Amino acid sequence: MNILIVGLNHKTAPIEVREKIAFDGPKLEEAINILKKSNAVKENIILSTCNRVEIYAGVSDMDSGIESIKDFISEFHKVSRDLLDKSLYLHKGTEAIRHMYRVASSLDSMVVGEPQILGQLKDAYDTALKNKTTGVLLNKLMRKSVSVAKRIRTETRIAASAVSISFAAVELAKKIFEDLSTKAFMLIGAGEMAELAARHLINSGVQDVFITNRTMARAEELALEFHGKVITFENFVQELLHTDIVICSTGAPHYILLKEQVHKTMKERKQKPMFIIDISVPRNIDPQINDLDNVYLYDVDSLQGIVDTNVQERAKEAEKAEQIVDEEIGSFLKWHASLAATPTVVALRNKAEEIRKAEFEKTVKKLGPMEEEKVKAIEYLTISIVNKLIHPPTAALKSENNDKETMLDVVQKLFQLETEKGKDEET
Amino acid sequence: MQIETNVLLFELALTFYFIATISGIIEIFRGKKDTSKVSLYLSLIGFIFHTANIIMRYIKGGHIPVTSMHEATSFFSWSILILFFIHEFRYKLGLLSSFIMPIVFLLMFSSSIFPREIKVLSPVLQSYWFVIHVILAFLGDAAFAMACGIGIMYLLQERNVKSKHLTMLFQKLPSLQTLDEINYHLITLGFPLLTLAMITGVIWANSAWGTYWRWDPKEVWSLITWLVYAIVLHLRLTVGWRGKKAAILSIVGFIIVIFAFFGIALILKGQHVFM
Repeated sequence: MNILIVGLNHKTAPIEVREKIAFDGPKLEEAINILKKSNAVKENIILSTCNRVEIYAGVSDMDSGIESIKDFISEFHKVSRDLLDKSLYLHKGTEAIRHMYRVASSLDSMVVGEPQILGQLKDAYDTALKNKTTGVLLNKLMRKSVSVAKRIRTETRIAASAVSISFAAVELAKKIFEDLSTKAFMLIGAGEMAELAARHLINSGVQDVFITNRTMARAEELALEFHGKVITFENFVQELLHTDIVICSTGAPHYILLKEQVHKTMKERKQKPMFIIDISVPRNIDPQINDLDNVYLYDVDSLQGIVDTNVQERAKEAEKAEQIVDEEIGSFLKWHASLAATPTVVALRNKAEEIRKAEFEKTVKKLGPMEEEKVKAIEYLTISIVNKLIHPPTAALKSENNDKETMLDVVQKLFQLETEKGKDEET
Repeated sequence: MQIETNVLLFELALTFYFIATISGIIEIFRGKKDTSKVSLYLSLIGFIFHTANIIMRYIKGGHIPVTSMHEATSFFSWSILILFFIHEFRYKLGLLSSFIMPIVFLLMFSSSIFPREIKVLSPVLQSYWFVIHVILAFLGDAAFAMACGIGIMYLLQERNVKSKHLTMLFQKLPSLQTLDEINYHLITLGFPLLTLAMITGVIWANSAWGTYWRWDPKEVWSLITWLVYAIVLHLRLTVGWRGKKAAILSIVGFIIVIFAFFGIALILKGQHVFM
């Protein structure tokens, strides 16, 4: 049996296609149970996230496995085979193991190192376990993938630092304030990036939220979304007195906050630290404000600078991670090889031994009584002939190579071995 | 025989503090996100030997071992360690031992330079007021030593955040707010201890010499130290001298403490001079 992965992700398929092929909610259980009934697919797990849909399968024959999985997707989602052939990728055998490891350890993610994927993968596996759609092969692969992902997480810094502007802002805020839940936050203006950063801050515990905007209606809209309080744009400088974190993103062509104003505010708030993030271009906040004690001003470029360094660092760490993946593939292959080969090797040895014994006894009987030594010599002769003969095929079966399946098949046919199919999977 | 054992204990403590310091400094530069506890464990082992050494000297001398420069410096670093362990276990601050252990080690090292014999206690020092005075003074100084280490950590982390160039150190050091709060809390601990130490000192001086205050250089420098920390606290509470300024002041304050501790004893003469 071999491993096959059929899937698509953000690199191979646009969101419109991914949406169509997603197995969300109850569809997932339905789908794995349908696949379970397929003859070609012995084991299956389906992972469906917003960035990828992948079917992990244990198949006895690659080609029929691929065909039946594609047919299944096309039928289940009512999409044309044409579209599938264009966007699906296939990973077989060793490459499938590598892909699995890379997905689990977030090396294949849109944002390399993001932590959610491992949880999503575990959920997918849990669903499969509950529905009993996996067997010894995928169980081992899943467990191994999780441990590889953990190893990569502890041995490399792949997920150590923020790689988006909004996460970098939160990370900084935590290094300035420690506990964000006691801090007040003000959003000046609006804009996609500012709102994203605001959302991350609120998710990290910030509770007091002030919203201000030149357009009152927009401010109220945002206040509703973030459970914040609206303050008028004319008043925002006064309100800074009670604000610890500021995100500013307005379309103003000039500075809306000057060093003098912040200097005065800082005096009034007895130098309680302030973290100001200016996402506007052109900048809205006087950069000299950063020179004031206990005020930390970051603009888009400085945040981007941090993100870039972190991305570079992740790329470097990803290389280390790929090496770990390579190492771990070897250990899985070994296990897989022994799994498939052992029963055949044993059967081959037994068969040879049976023949040898029978022929040896027959000959000894025919020759009649003779010296013990001579009997021993004959027995030794038979043993060494048999051993020499079966050594190359058993060694080949035990070694790791790509067409093991074929070889097992050939050996079984040539020597007319009967290994119980079921046994392969249970050892 | 007994002397030899306690010399051995001292040397063991010194050695472990040295290794703890080195591993703490390596930890600052090591490119791993999580901080290792090696330095902490080494310092704990050293601390056990150190404590045994102090107890042995106490038994042998029959009084609290702070009456020679060797003993006083060793007791000083021992007091810092007590506060260090309390803070380490309570706040689990990343890299704290990297910044405290060098101070502890340097004090122990200077202690090792001074003559080690156990001296007979002069009658003037045989007083409960003296024992209380000394313990309060050392705990106060230990709190200032901790505040200095934390202050250095604050300045490093502040530079990280201000310069917008986040190094690995940024990840490992605690947040600015945590460092500033602990710095403040250490000074609010050290200041009353120092105040009480001065009061008990004055009472004891009166019972020993019949005069409260004699403008002994140590007394003068203690007063200066006291004033510096009084100003630190005052500025913080009134005009909000926190963060960077508080960190710098706590480093300056500790330099004065160290000067008052060594400088006076070595350069000038007075009742606080042990040799």
